[in-house]
Amino acid sequence: MRLEPREAPSLALTLAYPTLAILAVFVFAGILVSFSGANPFSVFTLVLKGAAGSQFALFETLTRATPLIFTGLAAAVAFRAKLWNIGAEAQLYMGAVATVVFGTGLLPLPAPLLIPILMIVAAIAGALTLLGPAFLKVRFGVDEVVTTLLLNFIIVLFVSLLLEGPLKDPMGLGWPQTKKVIAEAQLPKLIQGKRLHAGFILALIAAFAVWIINARMALGYEMKAVGFNPRAARFAGMKVDRIMLKTALLSGGLAGLAGLSEVAGLKGNLTLDLSPGFGYAGIVVAMLALLHPLGVVAAAIFVAGIFVGADAMSRQAQVPSYIAQVMVAAALLAMVTALMFTRYRIRWK
Amino acid sequence: MDALDILFSASLWAAAIRIASPLIFATLGELISERAGVLNLGIEGIMTVGAFAGWFTVYQGGDLWLGVVAAALAGSAFGLLHAMLVVPLGLSQHVTGIGITLFAASLTYYTYRLAFPEVTSPPKIEPFAPWPVPVLSDIPFLGEALFRQTPLTYLAFIAAGLVGWFLYRTPAGLAVRTAGENPAAVEAQGIDVTRVRIMAVVAGSALMGIGGAFLTLSAFNSFYFEMVNGRGWIAIALVVFGSWRPGKALLGALLFAAFDAYQLRLQQLAGIFVPYQIFLMLPYALSILALILMSRRASYPRALMIPYRKGER
Amino acid sequence: MTDTVLHLDRISKRFGALLANDAISFAVGRGEIVALLGENGAGKTTLMNILFGHYVADDGSISVFGKPLPAGQPHAAIAAGVGMVHQHFTLADNLTVLDNIMLGTEKLWRPAARKAQARQRLTRLAQDFGLAIEPDRTVAALSVGERQRVEILKALYREARILILDEPTAVLTPQESQSLFATLKKLTAQGLSIIFISHKLNEVLSVSDRILVLRAGKLVAERKTRETNRQELAELMVGRPIAEPKVEPQPCGEVHIEIRSVTTSDGLDQASLTLHGGEIMGLAGVSGNGQTALANLLSGLSRQASGSLHIFGQDAGNWTPDRMTIERIARIPEDRHAEGLIADMSVTENVIAELYRDPSLNRHGFLDWGKAHEFAKAIIKRFEVKCPSPQARVRLLSGGNMQKLILGRTLSLDPRFILACQPARGLDIGAVTYVHQRLLAARKAQASVLLISDDLDEILALADRIAVIYRGRISAPEPRKAVTIKELGLKMAGHGFGEGEAHAA
Repeated sequence: MRLEPREAPSLALTLAYPTLAILAVFVFAGILVSFSGANPFSVFTLVLKGAAGSQFALFETLTRATPLIFTGLAAAVAFRAKLWNIGAEAQLYMGAVATVVFGTGLLPLPAPLLIPILMIVAAIAGALTLLGPAFLKVRFGVDEVVTTLLLNFIIVLFVSLLLEGPLKDPMGLGWPQTKKVIAEAQLPKLIQGKRLHAGFILALIAAFAVWIINARMALGYEMKAVGFNPRAARFAGMKVDRIMLKTALLSGGLAGLAGLSEVAGLKGNLTLDLSPGFGYAGIVVAMLALLHPLGVVAAAIFVAGIFVGADAMSRQAQVPSYIAQVMVAAALLAMVTALMFTRYRIRWK
Repeated sequence: MDALDILFSASLWAAAIRIASPLIFATLGELISERAGVLNLGIEGIMTVGAFAGWFTVYQGGDLWLGVVAAALAGSAFGLLHAMLVVPLGLSQHVTGIGITLFAASLTYYTYRLAFPEVTSPPKIEPFAPWPVPVLSDIPFLGEALFRQTPLTYLAFIAAGLVGWFLYRTPAGLAVRTAGENPAAVEAQGIDVTRVRIMAVVAGSALMGIGGAFLTLSAFNSFYFEMVNGRGWIAIALVVFGSWRPGKALLGALLFAAFDAYQLRLQQLAGIFVPYQIFLMLPYALSILALILMSRRASYPRALMIPYRKGER
Repeated sequence: MTDTVLHLDRISKRFGALLANDAISFAVGRGEIVALLGENGAGKTTLMNILFGHYVADDGSISVFGKPLPAGQPHAAIAAGVGMVHQHFTLADNLTVLDNIMLGTEKLWRPAARKAQARQRLTRLAQDFGLAIEPDRTVAALSVGERQRVEILKALYREARILILDEPTAVLTPQESQSLFATLKKLTAQGLSIIFISHKLNEVLSVSDRILVLRAGKLVAERKTRETNRQELAELMVGRPIAEPKVEPQPCGEVHIEIRSVTTSDGLDQASLTLHGGEIMGLAGVSGNGQTALANLLSGLSRQASGSLHIFGQDAGNWTPDRMTIERIARIPEDRHAEGLIADMSVTENVIAELYRDPSLNRHGFLDWGKAHEFAKAIIKRFEVKCPSPQARVRLLSGGNMQKLILGRTLSLDPRFILACQPARGLDIGAVTYVHQRLLAARKAQASVLLISDDLDEILALADRIAVIYRGRISAPEPRKAVTIKELGLKMAGHGFGEGEAHAA
């Protein structure tokens, strides 16, 4: 058997395979659900209701989608340049640390000044976290997948250290958590009394900005070229190492903003359960979006919907909410396979 | 006891070898796969599956060794999935591997929750007991350090020997090594590269599964969430550290484990002055350091991560 | 021909729209050397890949020693006694010679390989055929000639009775080629049959007994070697009379490039060379003698460890590729897939790769894609690139059109110096002629051209002066009229490069 590239895949084909992939994921999840004795159709109905069945559910989904848009963009930017950043989790936490350090009273500034400053420091913190592995990659050829993965563990331990030490809330009754950020540092709620906050708008702006960078700017063109063929890019006069480092800064910075958004928009303080794997889920979001920044928004809402919906569902049916994670991971594998088939066909001789 | 005394205690070395065991299995598994040219980032998830499958089999009343077999089978099943996606289809080994890890781990957790909807403390089994090797275990110091381990630990060392023999002494091992260096050379001799690579990934994943099962059947006696805790990623670093050679990888795993065992004891000694998190970070930091140190001379398989397509150059 | 060992019967193979082999039939006799002659893309390699089981023919059949050969199974071909020495060696560099030879010779699931036995057999074979080799060296440590020896031994070890050699001399010096031919005669004397694939007329004439000419997938002629000549073969191969490119004499201008005693870490050893405007300098040499290092230096990809590089009178020792572009230096890379183009990007994205930093396309970091598309369209038109649209992915283009795209991109710089590395490699005659015309036109416009090529015929056809590179050193250039192929061959083997190195042939 061998694979033969398709000359010009039709639009129908380009849509058909991914649709098939998502369908396959639901069939697979349905089988898993049926093992619990529940009826898959009523379970999926509950998931759908939980994700989008009411105004409350919809806002919950968008709230959950917010960090996923940031980490999804982080992965999309990096993967496009073939910088395998699997460390968005670490970068998110460092962004959160920076938010807490500067947002809990160190800078007594009004909100219009403080929030942009916090965004900058959170982005810088995330960016610097990825800069290390990126530097090791370009300078020593150390595989960034392994270093960013290992760094996730190191950073979570580092945060744990901070939470029990210098950043520990003295009024926290001994819990490992930081103080709340001051009122001026909080991202405003979009609707009075709801959890959805301005972080969502920031995420949309970030997606739009990345889209402009990719489609219109020299940097976006360079990142794409370096991703496809670094040797040819270098031959043509691009400074490949420098572009790789810029990519790392952009990607890490976006993940850092996820940390800011969660702390300043939702939780108010930093705890060790700030992220239930947003960094890893971002990879899935990016792949589902075919690395397109606007697609990331849609994919993040889809993935968030599954998570939120499954949570709501598991409160009513006897199906573990882990089904959401299974579906998201299966969607990743199904989608990369589907993409393959939109670009190649199998020949059996 | 001070920091130096610890180094000369047999219990330190016994612990080191215990800590090394799952890493040895996992590292050997990754090594076979990479020697054939396939990076397997599914390792962390495959170990999770192995840990659960082994434990669950025993919990259901199966023999401990049946648990080991179950872990190997479960591991190889996910290995097969990874192999099918990255070898014949040529998908990105990075993305697919991460996908396999997420998929395998989440499927394990789902199954666990399905089987045990509401448990407050994880159910326990009777794990492998230490099996002192007759005569040898009575040697002072060495006996205690080396020969009073559980059977799975001995199996880890035997596996290292077998993998070494396989790669360097058998025709099939030669085919695996060549597939990782220049797949066209394998194809030119009428051997199916795709098949060689798939089998290497599957066999390697079986070892990873056993590595995971060591945690539930030998090191602990129940299954916890997140219990693999980065051991898979460390194994990947150890493969690089061992220059893709089983002997050196074994040595690397032991060195690493010795350091880990040492820091655990040092932690009890110095825990008051240094936050425990610093100690916990050390294994991961050490892995990164090992990668940097070896990066200059690493002689990686030339065709690693390059999909092979018939007729393409 | 009494003893037919191999018979191909009406073999056809189609790739998409391309008919690579069109009902090709021929037979090979015992102890015979048959040459398969044809241009790049004539279908020679496809045919041999079918014979060897890498591809399955759409139609036709093959029999070896009278027995039909099952299609699509390399191991069946090997078992039937067919051995193949590929153009790109199929050796694993990090393994030993013995490992490379043993691969696939035993049942895969034997618990232990019989190395001692294999070593003995290999040593005996090597003696019998006069192919000296050390079984325990790693392939990476061998010279190109030695690697080829390993490939031949590999086939012999498997008791091949029919040996296929695909462009075996592409990487050898003329003298090494002669020694290969001697080996082949020795093999046929022992009853082996050989199929020799080449596009070089001189070799084909000197080594074969019989010549088959392939053109555009068809077998167009068959000649006894004794009864044909160079001119006839050339016309059969191309299908029309061929005109050698006309090189008008012209005086050369001022010094453009001055390389003085440059040593680099990747292979130049005190190399010196001076180029003038309005001349084509041909650089001959066996591949792997520092051509890539010189190309890297002049592309701005590497730096000299010692010595100096001046371009247009300026110190260019630390120029980067983008500076080269700014200075209007056109670079045609040796490997257009790996270095020249980005196959998964569009034609437009590829043509602006060198120019996108220019203010005409780039305003404050924003690219003007409208202009970029116009630029791409202009190049497509001017350089006659066949492609569906500027948005088409480059992967879909043929080799010749890819090369035209690279030419278009780099010649649009209105170059003062052209670095042309293997500019005609892998192209058909039409495309080759086109590339050569462009280089001559640039010469006429007083640009300097450095033509680095493995193909002596190409250099002899175009160059005003010819230098030879050997182990990182460059000989003093001589006017084309003053050199012969024989002299060049000797130089390529290291003669005249100082004492102690002349033994290399």
